[in-house]
Amino acid sequence: MVSKNLVELRGLKVAFDGVQVLHGIDLDVGRGEAIGLVGESGCGKSVTWLAALGLLPGKATVSGSVRVDGQELIGGPRTVLEGVRGKRIAMIFQDPSSSLNPVLRVGRQITEALAIHRGLSGDAARAEALRLLDMVGIPDARRRFELFPHEFSGGQCQRVMIAMALAGEPDLLVADEPTTALDATIQAQILDLLIELRAETGMATIFISHDLGAVSQVCERACVMYAGRIVEQGTIEALFDNPRHPYTRGLFDAIPRLDGPRERLIPIQGTVPHPRDLPEGCAFSPRCSHAAVDCRSHRPDLDPLADGRLLACHHPVGQVLADTRRNAETRVMETVS
Amino acid sequence: MLRFVSTRILRALITILAVLTFAFVVLRMSGDPAQVMLGPDVPQESVDAFRKAWGLDQPLWIQYLAYIKAIFTGDFGVSMRDKASAMQLVIERIPATLQLTIPALFLKVVIGIPAGVYAALHRQSAVDRGVILAAIFGFTIPSFVMGLLLVLIFSITLGLLPSGGQDTWQHGILPTLTMSIGGIGILARFSRSAMIEVMGQPYIRTASAKGMPWQDVVWRHALPNAAVPIVTIVGFMVGSLIAGAVVVESIFSWPGIGRLLVVSVTNRDLAVVQCILLMIAATMVVSNLIVDLLYGWLDPRLRAQSAH
Repeated sequence: MVSKNLVELRGLKVAFDGVQVLHGIDLDVGRGEAIGLVGESGCGKSVTWLAALGLLPGKATVSGSVRVDGQELIGGPRTVLEGVRGKRIAMIFQDPSSSLNPVLRVGRQITEALAIHRGLSGDAARAEALRLLDMVGIPDARRRFELFPHEFSGGQCQRVMIAMALAGEPDLLVADEPTTALDATIQAQILDLLIELRAETGMATIFISHDLGAVSQVCERACVMYAGRIVEQGTIEALFDNPRHPYTRGLFDAIPRLDGPRERLIPIQGTVPHPRDLPEGCAFSPRCSHAAVDCRSHRPDLDPLADGRLLACHHPVGQVLADTRRNAETRVMETVS
Repeated sequence: MLRFVSTRILRALITILAVLTFAFVVLRMSGDPAQVMLGPDVPQESVDAFRKAWGLDQPLWIQYLAYIKAIFTGDFGVSMRDKASAMQLVIERIPATLQLTIPALFLKVVIGIPAGVYAALHRQSAVDRGVILAAIFGFTIPSFVMGLLLVLIFSITLGLLPSGGQDTWQHGILPTLTMSIGGIGILARFSRSAMIEVMGQPYIRTASAKGMPWQDVVWRHALPNAAVPIVTIVGFMVGSLIAGAVVVESIFSWPGIGRLLVVSVTNRDLAVVQCILLMIAATMVVSNLIVDLLYGWLDPRLRAQSAH
């Protein structure tokens, strides 16, 4: 019954108070794989994984299927979810400072996770927690073990969160905008840490971000999401070099370039539609400069293209080039640096 | 920490002194004990003699200095009515009041907090709505109405419980209930809103995300955070242990501090009123002090602030 993929999402849908915000997400996560989820705020990238782990508030209705090694999470008893959370799939969040409990010592918050997942207690738990803190680069961990979260900086809180996530030796780490609330230099350190840890532990990574540069650094593959749907999915190279969905293209055009001639940034016109009144047809069509009549009447399905990517667009931009690889690498490097 | 405690104690003493001064001045400005004690038709010589005997012929500020000086030597004055030590009279009444207020406080805490927490964890459920409704009833009905309502139901209609006096433990039931119902409502509402706020915090999601069982998330991660606002309210209730029973003691003829206060104010029995106010201010101030210290223990962020 063990499937090839670690996690399989099928038709995952979420509604808040009857308003549909996620419209059926299909995604396979292979073992050890790193996948980026990209899109503007409110496109459903965080909701996807909060829903998968049952972490949404009670007013959310979740349907569809989430399987971890074939085990269904949606609609199962709470104990099934509790067995997966932290143990199979760990998650870290956007605002590390408020994601740690302010009234509990940092060390205890980690040993708690060790007690749940590995049955460690007392000195053994303490020793392992110290090892994890060392591993995520908290200096002087022995002394800081007894401190409270407010005595740590934002970047260090995120390191503590990562140490806590590692406590259960998860197969998948979902990092939900882990660097958004941090300074630029700290962002780079946390990204390096995530890359390093993945190399060391072999755990798969879901990296949720609106920062395409960060995604390209961490991931091999990315999904671009818009208004609760995946609109384009492919390798980082394919997406960077030759974005086919006008929305993907728009995201790249809105990134400032550090070298080359000064160019005016091209913002995407308009704003993300409210989930309550999505336009008919393609949800991006009101903001899309390539939109035609059929875009406003029929929603395009997410279909595979010849180059292996998935795309939901009636009138894609760009084209399949013969040799795009070199070009892609250059662009990746530019965005990263 | 030592500095924090000592400044708090100093501030507490200043508060008590302010209360005493205020009571002293207002009591003497607002009526003449000689008139009240001796009645309207006594000769002027008797009034003058009474005033001289109690030092009321002196200028106000001299009376005040004498009063403060006496307090520091442990002399809280003598009741004009009973000629006994005022503090002694007050202390004798404290047990009767605590017989009502401590069980009432117990009921408020053991019913109010769990009801509020349960409602918060089961929002929009029938229990939640019930708790909100009951809480509104509880704290919007004034205690004198509630007291009379309970008397009407349990004493007059059902004939189950006595409506006044202090003879048996059954006599304490209605006054205790009257006092606790409002507090239960207040605590339930505060606990509910505190818990709802905490349950929406990112660190609760973190605790769930790391695979912690639901009960542990509530007990170990949510409740300690919801404790600060709840402790504030409970602290206020502890502070009212002595003061809180004035109305209820009057309704149920309960011979406690509250009744003594009402009688002493009517009689302008200055020393007794001042002693009662001193006791009330002291309990309020002490409970506030304890709450402040508890804050630091409950929330390390506040500890850090107070250390500076």
